[in-house]
Amino acid sequence: MKSNKILLSYGSGGKYTREFLQDYILKHFDNQILNLLLDSAVLNFQQERLAFSIDSYTVTPIFFPGGDIGKLSICGTINDLLCVGADPEFIGVSLIIEEGIETETIEKILLSIKEVSQKENVLIVTGDTKVVEVGSCDKIFITTAGIGRIKKNLKFSYGRIEEGDVIIITGNIAEHGIALLLARGAYGFEYNIQSDCASLKSLFKDIFNNENIASHIKFLRDPTRGGISSALNEILMYREDIGFEVYEEKVPISENVRYICELLSIDPFDVANEGKMILIVSKNKSEEILEVLRKHPLGKNAAIIGEVVSVNKGKVLLNTIYGSKRILDMPVGEGLPRIC
Amino acid sequence: MSNFLLYFKDKDIVKKELEKICKLAQNLQKDYCFMEVCGTHTMQISKYGIRKLLPKNIKLISGPGCPVCVTSLEFIDKAIYIARNFNNVIIATFGDLFRVPGSESSLEKEKAEGKDIRILYSPYEVLTLAKENLNKNVVFLSIGFETTMPAVAWVIKDAKRQNIKNLSFLIGNKFFLVGLEALVLLSRKFLASFITTNSSIDGFILPGNLSVIVGEKSYMWMVEKYKIPSVITGFEPVDIVMGIRLLLEMIYYDVPEVKNEYKRVVTYEGNLFAKNLINEVFETSTGKWRGIGLIASSAAKLKKEFEEFDAEKKFEIPDIKVSNEFSECRCNEVLIGKITPLECTLFGKVCTPENPKGACMVSSEGACSAYYKYEMV
Repeated sequence: MKSNKILLSYGSGGKYTREFLQDYILKHFDNQILNLLLDSAVLNFQQERLAFSIDSYTVTPIFFPGGDIGKLSICGTINDLLCVGADPEFIGVSLIIEEGIETETIEKILLSIKEVSQKENVLIVTGDTKVVEVGSCDKIFITTAGIGRIKKNLKFSYGRIEEGDVIIITGNIAEHGIALLLARGAYGFEYNIQSDCASLKSLFKDIFNNENIASHIKFLRDPTRGGISSALNEILMYREDIGFEVYEEKVPISENVRYICELLSIDPFDVANEGKMILIVSKNKSEEILEVLRKHPLGKNAAIIGEVVSVNKGKVLLNTIYGSKRILDMPVGEGLPRIC
Repeated sequence: MSNFLLYFKDKDIVKKELEKICKLAQNLQKDYCFMEVCGTHTMQISKYGIRKLLPKNIKLISGPGCPVCVTSLEFIDKAIYIARNFNNVIIATFGDLFRVPGSESSLEKEKAEGKDIRILYSPYEVLTLAKENLNKNVVFLSIGFETTMPAVAWVIKDAKRQNIKNLSFLIGNKFFLVGLEALVLLSRKFLASFITTNSSIDGFILPGNLSVIVGEKSYMWMVEKYKIPSVITGFEPVDIVMGIRLLLEMIYYDVPEVKNEYKRVVTYEGNLFAKNLINEVFETSTGKWRGIGLIASSAAKLKKEFEEFDAEKKFEIPDIKVSNEFSECRCNEVLIGKITPLECTLFGKVCTPENPKGACMVSSEGACSAYYKYEMV
């Protein structure tokens, strides 16, 4: 019963998004760069390797605890560029604004973009503004594209991941998704949970510039929509010869987020992050990498959460705190639309 | 809240209970099969990998306690009929019905076709929705057992009190206790077909949430008439393993009873206020359960004084002929524990959470969905 209409869940970041990419996008735009479905495209340009990334932001509400659509759009693109080992340098910003929205609101969003881009030392170099009739978009949608040079010593690829490597997460999971869920007030209660929305540029500067460890990083992924379940399963789509094992006890999560997830019966592994990174690194340098991450405020809760194994190929297994194993699959269907 | 939550997730307590279970199972030798009738239990058992932690001779099978799964195709078809044939209608539903396939469409697909389908988190939101859309007819799709019926009853009473005219309810609610007895009888009648699991049902893990409403006393017939051990259980890992241990003890000492492991919220009498609400608004009629068939007095129907809120009457829904192209779907048998999801040939191949063929796969608390999501190791 495939639908002949686009369903909301095609944008959820889970299984339907994958199917949509396969059935529509890759069918028409089949090429070696796009086919890798990395967070940023890697382009060979003269002597350099360039990272190029683009993302649209439709989050609602546009102001949420811990950020707003402006900050999110810049941080998201910076983090996508970092995923391939680039130093984010230039960003283009395109605004689609709904007629009638107050200029004060727009100004607030622009100031937020200004603040984060100055702090992170990225330049807004191009852009576009369109205004549409009431109802043609919801207040404001932002598209950001970014470019950065990839550091010479960094070569991240699916192919380099091997059995024995370890999986690191840079901090507490599920904060963005839960903050958004509560900010919408659908459950009629409030709880102080902030989105983790942040640029990880300064955190990864310490990692990328450390010659001793940089070459031991095999792969990075930004666990946004669909959470770490999606991120890990997506990697395995390119490596059916290995599996991942994750240790539930080691996955960092704040008490508040954990309680809300319990209360609403949401699996925190499926929930979006906007200021976290998954690293797959050589085991022998993993403690050193962890140490560097933990020295930075954005990485203070970093933890080794799992390892690459040669059994249960193509699957992510979760070792529960009770000693049993279960599948950690990609979420299906629409958990919560428009979180980014 | 925190200590409370952590206690019932404590891995050391779980470990101790499992040790006791292993000892009992060893002494009992024979195979035993327990049914968790509630979808939430099914999900938790899969999620925490409890099945795999049990000794080999203790099997858990899932029963018909997921309201979405036992809802007949006609119900979805009726909702779609209303959405398609009337203008200015808003269909309001809980999220778990959204993707359930009817005969040839689902609410999700109707929404993509432009029909106004809204997902609510609480039945109470439907009142606001109706008041904010006076030029539209709001229809709430009401399914669920005694657990959800009091809230819906309350909303219907409130709608009547406030004289809200543009609101109606498509009632698919079922009385779980009536279905449970039908299942007990069915499991005895079909004893032979339970050979696949090597036994009949030796004990029941009863739903904690539903029991809050109906109370311990509503299950006494299970011992008095059928001598089956059963235990009312909460939903955390400690609750579940403790429930299994209690069942094994009852078998070991041969004293079938209704035990209450969930005393922290379930009382002997249940919630009288909620029970009265159900009786005030609903009466019983014959209902169709997926997997079991027609069961007398098992379905809820609005009482005469509330029939102005009955969507079936308001929209004069004709008899709907159900078609299901996937006749090889074995949800029917999964629902009564006759087979496990793994024994269905569609499972995991033709029928997946992305393209579900039956309700047990699409419902987040269906047995097939739980097996697929967590147990394909």
